[in-house]
Amino acid sequence: MSFPLLTATAVVPAVGAIATAAVPAAKRTAAKWLALFFSLATLALAAVVAVRFNTGSGADRYQLTESHSWIADFGVRYELGVDGIGVALIGLTALLIPFIIVAGWHDADPQETGNTRWRPTQGFFALILMVEAMVILSFEATDVFLFYILFEAMLIPMYFLIGGFGDRAHSGSDQNAAAQRSYAAVKFLLYNLVGGLIMLAAVIGLYVVAGTFSLTEIAEMRASGELNMATNTERLLFLGFFFAFAVKAPLWPLHTWLPNAMGEATAPVAVLITAVVDKVGTFAMLRFCLGLFPGASEWATPVILVLALVSIVYGALLAVGQRDIKRLVAYASISHFGFIIMGIFAMTTQGQSGATLYMVNHGISTAALMLVAGFLISRRGSRLIADYGGVQKAAPILAGTFLIGSLATLSLPGLAPFVSEFLVLVGTFARYPVIGIIATFGIVLGALYSLVLYQRTMTGPVKVETAKMPDLKLRELLVVGPLIVLLVFLGVYPKPLTDVVDPAVGHTLSDVYGDENPDPEPEVAAK
Amino acid sequence: MENLIALLVAAPLLGAVILLCGGRRLDRTGHWLGTLLALGSFVVAALLFTDMLGRDGEDRAMHQHLFSWIPVGGFQADIAFQLDQLSMTFVLLITGVGSLIHIYSIGYMEHDERRRRFFGYLNLFLAAMLILVIADNYLLLYVGWEGVGLASYLLIGFWQHKPSAATAAKKAFLVNRVGDMGLSIAIMLMFTTFGTFAFGDVLAATGETSEGKLTAIGLMLLLAACGKSAQVPLQSWLGDAMEGPTPVSALIHAATMVTAGVYLITRSGAIFNAAPDAQLAVVIVGAVTLLFGAIVGCAKDDIKKALAGSTMSQIGYMVLAAGLGPIGYAFAIMHLVTHGFFKAGLFLGAGSVMHGMNDEVDMRKYGGLRKYMPVTFVTFGLGYLAIIGFPGLSGFWSKDKIIEAAFAYGDGVRPWIFGGVALLGAGITAFYMTRVMLMTFFGEKRWQPTPDPHKEPSAEPAADDAHAGEMPHPHESPKSMTIPMIVLAFGSVFAGGLFSLNESFVHWLEPVTAFEHPHPVISVPAITASTMVVLAIGVAIAWFMYGKRPVPVTAPRGSVLTRAARRDLLQDDFNHVVLVRGGEHLTRSLVYVDHTLVDGVVNGTAASFGGLSGRMRKLQNGFARSYAVSMLGGTAVLVAATLLMRAV
Repeated sequence: MSFPLLTATAVVPAVGAIATAAVPAAKRTAAKWLALFFSLATLALAAVVAVRFNTGSGADRYQLTESHSWIADFGVRYELGVDGIGVALIGLTALLIPFIIVAGWHDADPQETGNTRWRPTQGFFALILMVEAMVILSFEATDVFLFYILFEAMLIPMYFLIGGFGDRAHSGSDQNAAAQRSYAAVKFLLYNLVGGLIMLAAVIGLYVVAGTFSLTEIAEMRASGELNMATNTERLLFLGFFFAFAVKAPLWPLHTWLPNAMGEATAPVAVLITAVVDKVGTFAMLRFCLGLFPGASEWATPVILVLALVSIVYGALLAVGQRDIKRLVAYASISHFGFIIMGIFAMTTQGQSGATLYMVNHGISTAALMLVAGFLISRRGSRLIADYGGVQKAAPILAGTFLIGSLATLSLPGLAPFVSEFLVLVGTFARYPVIGIIATFGIVLGALYSLVLYQRTMTGPVKVETAKMPDLKLRELLVVGPLIVLLVFLGVYPKPLTDVVDPAVGHTLSDVYGDENPDPEPEVAAK
Repeated sequence: MENLIALLVAAPLLGAVILLCGGRRLDRTGHWLGTLLALGSFVVAALLFTDMLGRDGEDRAMHQHLFSWIPVGGFQADIAFQLDQLSMTFVLLITGVGSLIHIYSIGYMEHDERRRRFFGYLNLFLAAMLILVIADNYLLLYVGWEGVGLASYLLIGFWQHKPSAATAAKKAFLVNRVGDMGLSIAIMLMFTTFGTFAFGDVLAATGETSEGKLTAIGLMLLLAACGKSAQVPLQSWLGDAMEGPTPVSALIHAATMVTAGVYLITRSGAIFNAAPDAQLAVVIVGAVTLLFGAIVGCAKDDIKKALAGSTMSQIGYMVLAAGLGPIGYAFAIMHLVTHGFFKAGLFLGAGSVMHGMNDEVDMRKYGGLRKYMPVTFVTFGLGYLAIIGFPGLSGFWSKDKIIEAAFAYGDGVRPWIFGGVALLGAGITAFYMTRVMLMTFFGEKRWQPTPDPHKEPSAEPAADDAHAGEMPHPHESPKSMTIPMIVLAFGSVFAGGLFSLNESFVHWLEPVTAFEHPHPVISVPAITASTMVVLAIGVAIAWFMYGKRPVPVTAPRGSVLTRAARRDLLQDDFNHVVLVRGGEHLTRSLVYVDHTLVDGVVNGTAASFGGLSGRMRKLQNGFARSYAVSMLGGTAVLVAATLLMRAV
């Protein structure tokens, strides 16, 4: 038996979580370094996965597969495998976690937070690694039940991360802050649990119909015509899955938990939510909704596209109206998730490749913007935009990196998000011109909220409170610098990523369209 | 030789990276580095130009393919360059004027503590602008297109501590983004129509699709051009953009970036030629802007804003010409180049005046400066004569050709309307430019003590506390500033004549843009004569109003039109009421809706489903929290149970 590489990518952070949690209370710094070490080891393994993954034509759809019997009575198996989309997202997760850890280096220090509970530092970093392990494994699971368990289980560490380690910058009293934090954490949990429970019903329903949880087996049955799913059954099951993913993604109108959660959590945890965990939702739409219920996916497309469009415009408009920096970024993310979902359900090669790249690029750009915002907030102790002004004068590097993060958020050509946003727009426009054109308004609104945020915080006369603001420290530069380099690199040369993603998108589209060419033909034949 | 093309972009791009990331240690040498790299790019351009001249007209286009940029399914975007006669013209203008303005800025920005960064932004601008004009496909053009927008944003807002500068920068970017929507949609339409957006493939296949498609693409390209080139209805940002340092106004907001729209339309000539309706729209936009800018230019007392109105108007001429099709493309580009010389020269002259006048921009507080700043006076004066179309100078050759071509547009009333507008514009140009000239260099001294800079953060770098309350002591600017002005003055005088010698400029561009001789509805000598008459009338009126009579230091109330023109013909007021106020109301109400309605309905639905109404409202008192935890516990039990099943 070959080395179980995929299992290892999840086991390493899980072991890291346990090891970090076990570090004695007094040795906080050791716990941090230990967590960082394990996250870097995971990154190395993810790199091995990417290298081992074969992108040539004729390569298997799912690679590096592992399969073991688990709950034989129910046909539940421990089945893993990755396609290009999974590889890209495992890479994103493994890449971001070390930055999240370094950015949150002091976020759980007890003497600063006044948090006297049992080993909070160890707990904070252990929980982050735990989330990483579950997220990575969920990108690998090809057994529906295994995926479901992970999808639900990752709520537990996330709940404690949001509720237990809030943002220190708060305008109200400590008690008020704690109440809002717990409201945000509970709201996060309830929304996602309700979504998960509905999905559980659909998972059981799927088993009743198909008699297996295995994605590959179901695909084979579908191909050979053995799978007999009534149209209505398929649609109901699809809705059950989609609902859970739409809550997680989140899609309008199920989005309201996200601004609360991102606003109250520390900046690194907010990044963990939106850049990493939420991607499981959009990933699962591609893998499970389209893969298991292609007919129903096509059936639901018009409604989903409209909801995605609403998300794009609505999220952007609400971002403009925010007074809290972190809530602004949260609404911007809602707008961006609209783009991702639109790209998926446009059902074209450009749309889905764009959506997959968008997941990766949004992860990096939001991390850059949100983590710098976190550094900014920690200097001033306030999340309110109105409390800032003229920061550019006092801390030019901080302002410069913040600007680059903002420019990435507004999808400036030359930075990575432009590539994905344009692909999504083109892919949508090719099949649904009107929706594509309306979505293009998103680029104006994106510029509006990004630049308004930059103008109000960084430019103008220097405020007394910001006059002596220190510039980025080395640790903070080490977080932001590489992210910016990546944004530029993937903006200029996204080919390594498209090479991995493109074949997987082809497979996903063939779930829906079979061997037909999924893309509308151009009017004038190519020469 | 072709492999040198990328070097054009690489040199200034390298400069931008080094200067912006290099830190303080480059403060003392950074401006030299930036200037050298700009000059290096110019040298490469000159080399490529001589190489190009050595070949036949049809065989001059060069290509360089660097790498595949976005390969996804049928969607292929490449980083690849194309340098033909049209691109070459722009490259020489951009690197040439760009280098001059780098040199000028060494002196102009000498006292600014952030000079290094200024040069980094200037280099970034050059790189983006060069990408824009040498890209071989529309998507890469888009990169340059937004890249110059970014550079423009950074440079307009260079003095970020001034709220007005930061607001102007943001406004410029946002208005441009509306135009960029047009470019995006045009590219998407090209992709769905032709399956590609490379210049060669799209422009060769225009015959294979319907006129309706081409009209749609053309109109979207026009929208893009309106944003970048400050054409009505997206012109409102250009006046505010004068918040940027004056060298920026000269380079970006006069000579190069704002003319990108003209480039886009000329480059896409094959599309417009096959879509007469789109062409008509282009001509109308050009004609309207031509008058709009000229009228605004007549009313402004701020020297830079008067020149900005003029820029808008002159680009209106170019857009008008580009809309005329093969009878106009070459003249549009010719006027673009001569305008690049004289308008950059005029702005640098204005900067020199401000430099000597403690950064005063109000022309009512100038007067009589010709004796104190002789070099500035002469170079500005030559630029003035060139722009009004004084016989023999550059503007005469290029603008007259556009008026002739406008008189040859279509049939019926069209040639009369558009020819008449172009002619009228020449008269107004003569009026407002004479006004600027007289108010600045002639008449009585109307100098005022410099206001206390603490009231308003300093606008220009030289304005520091030392000048507060002092009378200005106008003086000639240093050599680094006057030499670029002199060079540009040479261009303002001779370029037009040189280009018109044996129609050399037209023949140079013909292989790319095609050319047909215009046949105006009235004879060419009659047009030239009328132009001269209108010009004389414009100058005369200005002289009666501002030369013969003293200029009041505070502006008179003026007629309704004057007051409207001072406020940019009320466009900003419209924008403020409709877009800004309306937008604020919309977002505020949406925030409320999201907080109460969407959140409430979703929570309520969920709660009633779970039979939890009432409890949900008590989320914060721990009631629902315990519920959530119990739910979580339930899930945990579920998971544990499934795990145990295995053992059974």
